Amino acid sequence: MTTETVPTPRSSYSAPRKRRVNWEKWGWIYMRVSGLFLVVLIFAHLFVNLASGAGVRAIDFAFIAGKYATPFWMVWDTLLLWFALIHGANGMRTIVNDYVHRALLRKTFLAAILASTVILLVLGTLVIYTFDPCPANAAAGTLPSFCVGR
Amino acid sequence: MPEKSAGTLASPPAATPKIKPPKRLAGTLYRGREGMWSWVLHRITGVSIYFFLLVHILDQSIVRISPQAYNGVIDTYKTPIMGLGELVLVIAIGYHALNGLRIILIDFWSVGARHQRLMFVIVILLWIVLIAGFAPRQIANIILEAQGHGSV
Repeated sequence: MTTETVPTPRSSYSAPRKRRVNWEKWGWIYMRVSGLFLVVLIFAHLFVNLASGAGVRAIDFAFIAGKYATPFWMVWDTLLLWFALIHGANGMRTIVNDYVHRALLRKTFLAAILASTVILLVLGTLVIYTFDPCPANAAAGTLPSFCVGR
Repeated sequence: MPEKSAGTLASPPAATPKIKPPKRLAGTLYRGREGMWSWVLHRITGVSIYFFLLVHILDQSIVRISPQAYNGVIDTYKTPIMGLGELVLVIAIGYHALNGLRIILIDFWSVGARHQRLMFVIVILLWIVLIAGFAPRQIANIILEAQGHGSV
């Protein structure tokens, strides 16, 4: 038998790519890490607002003012907002990548997800940290008891 | 080794064995079984929760406009239809959370993938316990609100 000389089969056509950040991997890791946090954050949120006491019937402006009287629920809600919305947006990104095959439509959807996420993160964070428990435009009987001149 | 292969190839081919297609998609690791249905439910609940979250951030932001505007919005959360919606939301979140923990265990626990079916059964059982714990409270709150009992 004659032995043929076979060129090295696995040499690449071009120079090997530069190593970049593997964003898909970090997105995958983010879903699992944020998921663990969200289990705690969301179930406490649901318990306090829907299950304990009178449930949803107890919620009004004064209830929110009471929660935001100390930084605890402000920080809690901020973590909830950022973890949950980015978790949801990344999940929607995965679903769009799976099912939307037309390139332009896919890019449009992905841009819409990104834009809505950024807008809602900014809006929600501003609402939490500029919240005024005793606003001047309040109608009678809507303010929490700790507001002077209720 | 090459000579042996050549000899095998030279022998007359045996009759082609008939391979029957499986009658149903059973016995496969993924298609048509717990693995697939848990994934389908995870996607459906995930998308539902996402769209609720978008609306929820917007409607809760009204707390920044005025107390009466916020109270008007949160009163719609207390209607019977929205009350049932909250029950469905908690059911969806309960599944997504429990199955999400199962996914984490499949990915990171050394024998997680081997026990994925058992873990799916556990997810469903815990899900039923969660629903059984929350549904009576929520239905009671819906009825009390409809009867005109105010808050607290």
